[in-house]
Amino acid sequence: MEAMKQHKGIVYPLNRSNVDTDQIIPKQFLKRIERTGFGQFLFYHWRFDDDGNKREDFAMNDPKYDDASILIAGENFGCGSSREHAPWSLADYGFKVIIAPSFADIFYNNSLKNGILLIEVEQSKVNEWMEKAENGTLELDVNLEAKTIDDGSGELFTFDIPEYHRQNLLNGWDEIALTLQLEDKISNYEQTTL
Amino acid sequence: MGKPKTIIEKVWEKKVVHEEAGKPDLIYIDLHLVHEVTSPQAFEGLRLKGRKVRRPDLTFATVDHNVPTKNREQINDPISKIQMETLAKNCEEFNIPLADMFHPDQGIVHVIGPQLGLTQPGKTIVCGDSHTSTHGAFGAIAFGIGTSEVEHVLATQTLWQNKPKTLNLHVEGDLGPGVTAKDLILAIIAKYGVKMGTGYIIEYTGDAIRNMSMEERMTVCNMSIEAGARAGLISPDEKTVEYLRGKRHVPEGEAFEKAAAEWLALATDEGAEYDKVLTIDAAEVEPQVTWGTNPGMGAPISGSTPSLTEVDNKEDVRLALEYMGLEESQPITSIEIDHVFIGSCTNSRLSDLRKAAQIVKGKKVKDTVRAIVVPGSFYVKMKAEEEGIDKVFKDAGFEWRDAGCSMCLAMNDDVVPPGGRCASTSNRNFEGRQGNGARTHLVSPEMAAAAAIEGHFVDVRTYN
Ligand code: SF4
Repeated sequence: MEAMKQHKGIVYPLNRSNVDTDQIIPKQFLKRIERTGFGQFLFYHWRFDDDGNKREDFAMNDPKYDDASILIAGENFGCGSSREHAPWSLADYGFKVIIAPSFADIFYNNSLKNGILLIEVEQSKVNEWMEKAENGTLELDVNLEAKTIDDGSGELFTFDIPEYHRQNLLNGWDEIALTLQLEDKISNYEQTTL
Repeated sequence: MGKPKTIIEKVWEKKVVHEEAGKPDLIYIDLHLVHEVTSPQAFEGLRLKGRKVRRPDLTFATVDHNVPTKNREQINDPISKIQMETLAKNCEEFNIPLADMFHPDQGIVHVIGPQLGLTQPGKTIVCGDSHTSTHGAFGAIAFGIGTSEVEHVLATQTLWQNKPKTLNLHVEGDLGPGVTAKDLILAIIAKYGVKMGTGYIIEYTGDAIRNMSMEERMTVCNMSIEAGARAGLISPDEKTVEYLRGKRHVPEGEAFEKAAAEWLALATDEGAEYDKVLTIDAAEVEPQVTWGTNPGMGAPISGSTPSLTEVDNKEDVRLALEYMGLEESQPITSIEIDHVFIGSCTNSRLSDLRKAAQIVKGKKVKDTVRAIVVPGSFYVKMKAEEEGIDKVFKDAGFEWRDAGCSMCLAMNDDVVPPGGRCASTSNRNFEGRQGNGARTHLVSPEMAAAAAIEGHFVDVRTYN
């Protein structure tokens, strides 16, 4: 996993709550056995019509969001299935940070394991940023070391994230390698408990 | 005697391999179930790093999501085929037992775990599939994980997990006649919403839960994830023990009695405290039908779709009704369906099929409706056929299929066409879940069966 300390980028606002993983990446794209190349299928049925043409009424297709790398969405983002194809497609498309009032549990873990930073931000702030990103262009500067977001308003917004996840992201650690350092403990557990 | 504890705390404490301030706990995983869709990248990850599967003996694999339910010899989609072949190759390379498409143990992963006795009280059970919560019906801590976590479990047999908060969902009183476990869990989600359980493990308690069979309990725990909880469970009791007795992977003889005593001791202690308690009055629950695009958007059969002036989340409701092709304040019984799917890890066990068969017996599926029954496992199918249940369905005009996930997520050829409307016994009514543009109404097997006959939703309590 790539380390991430800071990220500055353009915001794409997705003003919907309970966005589920079937929407993020529909099941017909889950058959691949690779981890890469899923970005083209992100939000597929919202972005494209049945003939594969871009839907004009879906804002993500607006060129002003072409370089967006920060996604802002409504509450309970990522609910539904455990498919890691969802964060794979978001990351592959270019999203590095997702901001929402709340996230579904499994999606939260899956995203962090793929180097996407998820930040819980209260609804009122989400609404404010959502509006700015819809009506103009909003750029945010997210600093994971300092746990702050700079929206250019002159006031720094601070956020919280579990320290364990923060360290993993900052260092880009391979979690399995870390766990294997505890091999003695695992073996010991197996011998005494199982 | 110490402080009274919940089953969640009791099981968790036994699984902690390593704890350290500022970190989640490292917990041991007793059973890892694997299927074809969420595992290929995990095995590939192992290979890239030259890692092994630590405990193939605690791992069990099957194919369910992609399998054809009609002609097993013919897989139309080459990519599906590759995914299944990849699982077979991986299982061979890493020495993992596999129930492939032609194996008598094949079935939906959450149906075969309990059926084989792999699922047991007090175990930690994971699978790269969110409905792993199903296994909680036995008093196991069972939850879905992503592919990176699958890889982590394969390599280490452990996971880093935050100690969950506990939620007691207490069901007061008992369910009325004709009201099922499915109706109860749908009513709970309609009442408390799709994120009521986020960050929690739910324990379901109360008389209605105690009175349920193990298969009904599985239906309830299965949909914990639809309520936002990764895991939901039920304290073991005599029913749990009797269900498991004689199953292939449980101990025999005296060892079984010893295990049973340990299982029963896991039940939540009298007076144990939870982080949160929610209640529902069982007597108020009616047969349920979802009208929207998430499982919390549901109504009783006597009810209607919402009126936009009466809801807070107007935009969500408007979008949902638009997708579903429904009006506001439309009576549920007026909704006409053209597809019926009886199956999925929520409702494809023998008792589900029996109850649905009772409704259709001697009747005919309406000519505008295409109805299919997909048993949860090869074993369930065989048992049902021994009882003649297949014949009841076929005589009524249902298609009788081989086991798999099928139309629950339409990864194989079993797809609802765009604009099609399906009464489905599965667990998710998301946009496009059963096919691009397909509209899903979640219901119990009895409600689905009656809708197949009538072509629209009817109240099974007064239907014969
Ligand atoms: S039946 Fe449906 S919900 Fe259950 S495991 Fe299969 S796809 Fe998932």
